[in-house]
Amino acid sequence: MTTSSPPPTARLALHGIRKVYPGVVANDGIDLSVSPGEIHAVLGENGAGKSTLMKIIYGVTRPSAGEIHWEGQPVTVRDPAHARELGIGMVFQHFSLFETLTVAENVALALPGRPDLRELSRRIEEVSARYGLPVDPRRTVHALSVGERQRVEIVRCLLQQPRLLIMDEPTSVLTPQAVEKLFETLRRLAAEGCSILYISHKLDEIRALCHSATVLRGGRVSGHCRPAEETPASMARMMIGKDLPHCEHSPAQGDGEVRLRLAGLSRASDDPYGVDLRDLHLEVRAGEIVGIAGVSGNGQQELLRAISGEERLAEKHPVQICGTEAGRLSAGARRRLGLCFVPEERLGRGAVPALPLVDNGLLTAARSQGLVRAGFLARGKARAFAERCIAAFDVRGGGADTAAQSLSGGNLQKFIMGREILQAPKLLVAAQPTWGVDVGAAAFIRQAIIDLRNRGCAVLVISEELDELFEICDRIAVIAQGRLSPPRDIGEASMEEIGLWMSGLWPGAETTAPAAAEAAHA
Amino acid sequence: MLRLEPRPQASRLMTWLSPLLATVLTLVAGGVLFAVLGRDPVEGLRLFLVAPLKDLYGLSELLLKATPLMLCATGLAIGFRANIWNIGAEGQFMLGAVGATGVALWAGESESALVLPGMLLGGALAGAAWAAIPAWLKTRFNANEILVSLMLVYVAQLLVSWLVFGPWKDPQGFNFPQTVMFADAALLPVLVDGTRLHLGLLFALAALVAAYVFMYRSHAGFRMRVAGEAPDAARYAGFSASRTIWTGLLCGGAAAGVAGMAEVAGPMGQLTDKLGLGYGFAAIIVAFVGRLHPLGIFLASLLMALLYIGGEQVQQYMNLPNSIALVFQGLLLFFLLGADVFIRYRLRFGSEAASA
Repeated sequence: MTTSSPPPTARLALHGIRKVYPGVVANDGIDLSVSPGEIHAVLGENGAGKSTLMKIIYGVTRPSAGEIHWEGQPVTVRDPAHARELGIGMVFQHFSLFETLTVAENVALALPGRPDLRELSRRIEEVSARYGLPVDPRRTVHALSVGERQRVEIVRCLLQQPRLLIMDEPTSVLTPQAVEKLFETLRRLAAEGCSILYISHKLDEIRALCHSATVLRGGRVSGHCRPAEETPASMARMMIGKDLPHCEHSPAQGDGEVRLRLAGLSRASDDPYGVDLRDLHLEVRAGEIVGIAGVSGNGQQELLRAISGEERLAEKHPVQICGTEAGRLSAGARRRLGLCFVPEERLGRGAVPALPLVDNGLLTAARSQGLVRAGFLARGKARAFAERCIAAFDVRGGGADTAAQSLSGGNLQKFIMGREILQAPKLLVAAQPTWGVDVGAAAFIRQAIIDLRNRGCAVLVISEELDELFEICDRIAVIAQGRLSPPRDIGEASMEEIGLWMSGLWPGAETTAPAAAEAAHA
Repeated sequence: MLRLEPRPQASRLMTWLSPLLATVLTLVAGGVLFAVLGRDPVEGLRLFLVAPLKDLYGLSELLLKATPLMLCATGLAIGFRANIWNIGAEGQFMLGAVGATGVALWAGESESALVLPGMLLGGALAGAAWAAIPAWLKTRFNANEILVSLMLVYVAQLLVSWLVFGPWKDPQGFNFPQTVMFADAALLPVLVDGTRLHLGLLFALAALVAAYVFMYRSHAGFRMRVAGEAPDAARYAGFSASRTIWTGLLCGGAAAGVAGMAEVAGPMGQLTDKLGLGYGFAAIIVAFVGRLHPLGIFLASLLMALLYIGGEQVQQYMNLPNSIALVFQGLLLFFLLGADVFIRYRLRFGSEAASA
């Protein structure tokens, strides 16, 4: 089934949508149609043009060319308010809620006029009961878990009785159990006639949920399919144009020396809405990869900063790097002990956006690679180092003089990975190493991490992608509400078990009220 | 319909074109201003821009005025590049003058060749010490350096007044608020006979070269640049934030202190309460017009000096208030900030959909 004309009953039909941004064609000749009650997947890698297309439908931006038909009538969606008027709702990947307001107040802000809060609370409860989205309208948002916040966003959309609901990567913040709950809700909505556009790059989810799929590659439609009739491999081929690459993973080396030890790490967060770390214990040995799974916002950021030295501790002993008590050392001093670190944010933290790659190589490798002599920069050596990173990690889209910000996310991540790995660290800590990276580059990065381990490095990976952790790790632990579970050998762990642990329920866990509540709702 | 569209990348060309554009717009606005005030705009601009440059003496005066601006702006630029907003160069300039004067008065009639180096050191240290106050308050209590350094300008002004009205007043000075004239050994040698242009210009040029090397060749300068461009990246790489603050403020303070020293040991030859001519504030404009780059600062300080001298010229020949120079400074900064928008944005005609 290709670009045959859609049936006249289509709720939404796009014809030849094209969107040009300065310097890039984000969408080119896109046709798509969604029937009432259909769950339609929009599948594609990062940068394939999914988000641009959704922004066009929701009126955030206007297409350069092409037509939009809404229930048979050609329309120009002026802005999101107009989209909502038409009956289009959208749940964004990044939530837009005010943390200090209650659920009902947040919902009221999105509605026209000045709704009566008591009446609104009643409607929220009604909708949340009907669709299995438990949410208390009186609670303030900052006290809600990420899953609950997403429910607020969905309820907010449903109150406007949309006939088309757009969900942008909705499962990236959910535990596997919470994903199942969400799917039940979406199926119920579809059964009532609501159309759903479901954006994702997770193939098994799309196979489980969606009736049909449009696959995008490089801004164009590369295929349509019925996910239930496809295999993940066949859909991946449509998405990336070749077979899904796989990593070689040999068993861990055995008992190396301990390179990272967390000995009762506790730290109260400086941010009132941050997560306090509570008594974390962990050992990472030379020659192994330890993964930490968890739903985002459960203390990962705080833990990473405490290990990297971006936040110093009051005491020395809770963080030990290569045998040295490093809790009070600066980030620079910890690097000198053999730590290398890949942060989650590439632009602005892992790399300076406006500076060329030569300078971004200097950022962390100046000392270990001897790129500074008597306080002055050794430009020639710095350039050679940057070029080595570019060559060894297949960084495309520019050379050593290209500014970091003009590389794509995946290529910049490869450069940062290369910069940290080529310093031959004793301990590598990587956060979300393949987040937002295309499938090919992700496989390359995973393989590089495994190779590093095979050379005797200790590796700690913190990721929200369970699949990824199961693919590369030797042992896996879970972080939830600022606590860390005991690690488990990957051979003995199952996705279901780790998923359950992600709500804070592991054997011996101190069950606190929010943990239990979260588990019950999850 | 006219609209602004973000550029995919900041324009390097506009980064340097913007100060030129701002200069041209300032001149146009200045011409309009002359016309509104009932003066001939062409004659006004000629007096402002051309007349000061007609002979060697005029050129030497231009360089003389540019010297303190160059010094102050160079020091400030080092901090500004790291997002350290030292607004108090004017006060550090005064403290530099006070420090140098202290050494000169202590040396008295001595003819030692060490008097000038001593004054230079005294000026630099006093300026740096004044800048150390906001640095310490910022690193210790996270106090805003903009407010602290600015308020210290007024403290410095009062300190100078107290000194020249009190302990340092020339006993034979008919009660004028000024110190004795410095001895010859405490005066900077004149570079060109028949002019007031003195050795301080070479200090300024040396500072520009040193700043260039520091900014673009040293690891410390690189770390400060990262701190300014992306504070999180500096933290991630383990660069010390407090060292950045100290370096930024101390460089600015020391350079302004040297400028203050060159002023009392150069054209003034004594300390008076008419010390503050706003060089420290004008240097902020110079630093930004010069794009925080030593070469740009060199050119921008010449332009700013021209505005100072031109202001005196129109005051003298056209009977306009001297504050016209300040109006020109203000216009220049205003147009620069406006023109800087085009570094990140460009103008497009027509609606969004039509042009894409």
